[in-house]
Amino acid sequence: MRKKSLVVLLAVLMVISVAIAGCGGGSQPQQQTEQAQQTEKPKEIVIRYNLGAQPETIDPALNSAVDGANVILHTFEGLVNLDEHQQPVPGVAEKWDVSDDGLVWTFHLRNNAKWSDGQPVTAKDFAYAWKRALDPATGAEYAYQLYYIKNGQAFNEGNATADDLGIKVVDDYTIEVTLEAPTPYMLQIFAFPTLFPVRQDIVEKYGDKWAQQADSYIGNGAFKVTEMAYQDHITMLKNENYWNKDAIKPDKLIFTEIVDESTILASYENGEVDVIDTMPSEEIARMQNDPNSGFVLGANLGTYYIDFNNQKAPFNNPLVRKAFSLAIDRKAIVENVTKGGQLPADAFVGPGFPDADPTKQFHDVQGPFYDVTKANIEEAKKALADAGYPDGKGFPKVTYLYNESQGHQNIAQALQEMWKQNLGVEVELASQEWQVFQETRRRGDYDIARDGWLADYTDPMTMLDLFTSNSGNNNAQYKNPEYDALIDKAKKTNNEAERMQAMHDAQQLLLGQDWAIAPLYFYTDPYAAKPGLKGMIADPLGFKRFHFAYWENQ
Amino acid sequence: MTKYILQRVIAMILTMIVVITVTFILMHAIPGGPFASEKNLPPQIKANIEAKYGLNKPLYQQYFDYWAGLLKGDLGPSYKYPGRTVNDLIGDGFPISAELGSYAILVMLLIGIPAGIISALRQYHWQDNVVMVFATLGVAVPGFVLATLLIYVFSSQLGILPAARWLSWQHKIMPTIALSAYNVSFIARLTRSSMLDVMSQDYIRTARAKGLSEAAVVIKHALKNSLIPIVTVLGPLIAAVLTGSFVIEKIFAIPGLGRQFVDSVSNRDYTTIMGVTIFYGAFLVIMNLIVDIVYVFIDPRIKLAD
Repeated sequence: MRKKSLVVLLAVLMVISVAIAGCGGGSQPQQQTEQAQQTEKPKEIVIRYNLGAQPETIDPALNSAVDGANVILHTFEGLVNLDEHQQPVPGVAEKWDVSDDGLVWTFHLRNNAKWSDGQPVTAKDFAYAWKRALDPATGAEYAYQLYYIKNGQAFNEGNATADDLGIKVVDDYTIEVTLEAPTPYMLQIFAFPTLFPVRQDIVEKYGDKWAQQADSYIGNGAFKVTEMAYQDHITMLKNENYWNKDAIKPDKLIFTEIVDESTILASYENGEVDVIDTMPSEEIARMQNDPNSGFVLGANLGTYYIDFNNQKAPFNNPLVRKAFSLAIDRKAIVENVTKGGQLPADAFVGPGFPDADPTKQFHDVQGPFYDVTKANIEEAKKALADAGYPDGKGFPKVTYLYNESQGHQNIAQALQEMWKQNLGVEVELASQEWQVFQETRRRGDYDIARDGWLADYTDPMTMLDLFTSNSGNNNAQYKNPEYDALIDKAKKTNNEAERMQAMHDAQQLLLGQDWAIAPLYFYTDPYAAKPGLKGMIADPLGFKRFHFAYWENQ
Repeated sequence: MTKYILQRVIAMILTMIVVITVTFILMHAIPGGPFASEKNLPPQIKANIEAKYGLNKPLYQQYFDYWAGLLKGDLGPSYKYPGRTVNDLIGDGFPISAELGSYAILVMLLIGIPAGIISALRQYHWQDNVVMVFATLGVAVPGFVLATLLIYVFSSQLGILPAARWLSWQHKIMPTIALSAYNVSFIARLTRSSMLDVMSQDYIRTARAKGLSEAAVVIKHALKNSLIPIVTVLGPLIAAVLTGSFVIEKIFAIPGLGRQFVDSVSNRDYTTIMGVTIFYGAFLVIMNLIVDIVYVFIDPRIKLAD
């Protein structure tokens, strides 16, 4: 027995030498430890938020994602800010005037606004940023957020020069913007990250790389980036040069980049992060029932819906679309399938968009288009019979297309079952990889397809604009000149009541008459913040803002 | 020997040219592109972006442009992360994947080989049974299941290890276990069968007949030869483990190269797909060459003749 153990010992020793030979030089430990994180000063307010995937870019002009915007909102500031009720409040601009026709906006900038390196923020910085975002050579995806500016689209498409733009620097602290059309929600747009100022000298010195390294990432916001560890975290400290720094509560923000849903929840519950907004949907019910979980079901402006291919039989018949839409039990879908606290959709424009009377919501003014608490079987069957398919007899084989994901698949299977039960129609299911799916759907090469849309700003136009005949996002291939005329009218009028009425009428056509699509549910934003965190703003566009957040017991 | 190595290097270069060309063609053949997004872009904006990165040029032109950069060691800009180059992405991700991979290889060798040897020497005894039960489990349970289970037990329930990120040594324990479990089991099984095979050879009988102690038989005669099959698999295994695992890196939020690779494919980030493929391919062929050279030293039957 002693001999045997000797053998084993020697074997181990020999193996160690093999191991060392095998991986010598391969190991290069890279330290990314944030020492500061471990040894905080007692009174420092530190908030750790899980941002999700590493943002593709945090350059205000190039960013088009919510994660990137979440960083930019903390490191930059536009002419106006949005308060916790989404109402515009002064930002870099102290005050502004609008011409009577709603076309010319004049902003008066405060003269104490500074960049994080101490230089003053001037009107030129805004003019440069907007021209840059619209310049075709910049290749900015969200350039269309500036198409409201006169000749913005023409310049971006190469049909005008930068000098033709409706942007005029009157003096260092005054900028005048001329719009293409009166846009009642324009202040919301001025608060959008794409319109934030950037520094010409920095961008020209570093190129696109300026926004990929902490040293050159000069902003004018409440925080400045001090560390960017790719796919790991971004650290921000309070910007001592920010004009309103005394109102800013946190000393330090750490945005982590964990992507796996289960891991995100585990690290939240293990105290590694303070705020999360992604979690496995099957955990949501448990968190909702636990008063100590810090769970909040926030609003998120957007709708999950299904496209019927309006140009292809059998869905080119509005009666068929009506039958398929009414046969869906939306309440069952949100309660038994998605289970993430979503609201069954009785319209396309969900709650959260103000109407002409700002105390009322666009959604509530119009009322539901159908009953969402159950499947409207009788009505659905009648519509299908009127279309020439009584009890589903003779209905051609159709396919429901979705992109690969467990969540979408669960919904697809539920819909398949409902259509079979309630209409007697067999629907096949097919899934495609995300990018392939997008192409197929855009081409209109499907019968029924899943779809979804998140608002860019808090006006119903961001939703209804989708279904104009020449919209690039009109995946349902819906074409109705009457609809186009109503949207056009809403875009041009300067009368708020008239504008809202035109949009109500448009939605009435879309859902009440043509049944072009079938809305399933309104998105929600489930998030969790450690109990004790106060003053954080989770707005319905998906942004989390920590400017005024603090710990109650600190 | 020099001539042999020279030939192999030439073959390696040819292999890489084929890999690069085939990857380039396949990548452009799949639908979608780096700038496809759910919110459909106005055509002119898309054209602006494509012009910025030279994607409006004919495909053959893009191919030659890519080679021109590659020969200068420039893997191009990442389309998905404006302002970052593929060299940056690999430079940031690889050291971290390699660090995790090194721990996994160490665990794999330090536990897998001794376990296999013990198992072979004590065939059909309890030691063998214990090792084989674990080895079967290790091969059968996928890494992501093990990873999730580890997080559940040690982070969510016990709260003794951090669930995510790559900071202190505590953060590195669970990823290492999850990444190495499969390979430990694989190496243990391989060592066991190889050892059993060697122990039944005539020269072992001869050694025993000479009156050598069992320890001397095992160490002097059996061990070296039984390691030959291990060395064979080590080349590709090391290449695979060091360049990172998508699943493990994603679950534990480790900023490594394995995640970049898979993400770049779903993002259609063409230059990153190419860059990481080339990096991985080169790593693999070099590891294979090293293994073939190492053979000469451990197996006297092999000569790298021309």
